[in-house]
Amino acid sequence: MTSIGTGYDLSVSTYSPDGRIFQVEYAQKAVDNSGTAIGLRVKDGVVLAVEKIKHSRLLVPESNRRIMTAAKHVGIVSAGWMSDTRHLVKRAREESRNYHDTYKRDVPAKILAERMGMYKQVYTLYSAVRPFGVGTIMASYDADGPQLYMVEPSGQYFGYHGCAAGKGKQVAKTEIEKLKLSEMTVREAIKEAARIIYSAHDETKDKLFELELSWVCEESGRKHQRVPKELIEEAIQYAERALDEDDDEMDDDEE
Amino acid sequence: MDAIKIQLPHTVQPRAENANDGAVSRTMQPIVTGTSVVAFKYKDGIMMAADTLASYGSLARFRSEKRLMAVGDNTLVGVSGDLSDFQYMQHVLEDLETRELCMDDDQTLGTKSVYKYISNIMYNRRTKVDPLWNSYVVAGLDHDEKFLGFVDLYGTRYQSPTIATGFGAHLAQPILRKRVEGREDEIEEEEALAILDDCMRVLFYRDARSFNKLRRAKVTAQGVEISEPYSLETNWDFAESIVGYGG
Repeated sequence: MTSIGTGYDLSVSTYSPDGRIFQVEYAQKAVDNSGTAIGLRVKDGVVLAVEKIKHSRLLVPESNRRIMTAAKHVGIVSAGWMSDTRHLVKRAREESRNYHDTYKRDVPAKILAERMGMYKQVYTLYSAVRPFGVGTIMASYDADGPQLYMVEPSGQYFGYHGCAAGKGKQVAKTEIEKLKLSEMTVREAIKEAARIIYSAHDETKDKLFELELSWVCEESGRKHQRVPKELIEEAIQYAERALDEDDDEMDDDEE
Repeated sequence: MDAIKIQLPHTVQPRAENANDGAVSRTMQPIVTGTSVVAFKYKDGIMMAADTLASYGSLARFRSEKRLMAVGDNTLVGVSGDLSDFQYMQHVLEDLETRELCMDDDQTLGTKSVYKYISNIMYNRRTKVDPLWNSYVVAGLDHDEKFLGFVDLYGTRYQSPTIATGFGAHLAQPILRKRVEGREDEIEEEEALAILDDCMRVLFYRDARSFNKLRRAKVTAQGVEISEPYSLETNWDFAESIVGYGG
């Protein structure tokens, strides 16, 4: 990396001569090392999925959850440091509660994304702090329908039809782009999400992983919750079948 | 000679008679109020009813207010007394629900917990001599066990198979004693509805702060169900025979 040794990456309050803030870029690197997280916004809801990499077989299944609930109608999955993530989710809960206390209305996704963006941005200003090593994907169902936002360590945020962060984000983004998200239902989207996480998983690097899936949709009463077990099983079967078919095709090509 | 009147500049006001010298006064009376809530256990769970009127003193100010609310999946809360205090409590309970949801621990909010939570808030506020001016009726199924409890503005609480608040404690409670108590596990839904309507009818006849537009609700194993507003059949023929002050 060209930034090393130049002295321009020692503080978040120092620009490099070509206008970059290296500490923020390093934070982005922390995000890129994480297990893949994706969000799909479809016509009747939003689906979040994540490849939760497990460092040990001794972990209790379904523990150390990576998808969390920030408000009744808001789900958050992030890629990056989990300790930072928990802090940000705590903040998101405070923001949504604060909004509800003031306006007696569920916080709109855009406003929550904005506030989370502002919060992260502040940590790119002072030499005494470090930026958050987290890419935050937020799924919500508000008055304007299903919403999907991603907030980067820099504080930038965008609304998406589909987004991905973490190790497999390139693979995942290519796969998401092939989908017709605006015509899809959440029921279909959970299957595709599972397939994308499975195909983005790199067995040579990480052996153990668990798929986590959640949704906010009409079917869940516009509430963020885990996808029911049967549906996850179904989605995993679909994902594995799709992967096998891919492998077969590759074998055929070789012959 | 006329007495000389000194006109003080408007910024210097004589101390008002009722200046409180730093003393704080709290809610001294409820303002916009809801009247009775009636509730009792029956075979499948708990039934509850309350009318939709919010009175401003003796004025029938708002006529379609909801005084029954669901908390979590299997708890029903009914309220009488000051409705702005109830709105505050509603807000607090919604926050509680959200916090419980965020835990994501496969646990749900139980009726007994909601009951204790409300009664703690009520007792805490009375201890500050700033009570929430309400009576709450909390009903639900907690681990298949029927639960019906009452909390008032002092934080006093009791559980009973039949509960009626406000005027209902005088007018509906005797009916419930006679027709429900001892038979909680026998009363079918149809009979329960009849008892509830009879209580509410008596209340409408005699309680001048009541209204013939009401909701009823039930908690059963299927969860909480709150009805749309409906009205009762009434018959005022008897009024013809009443003569004098008592009429």
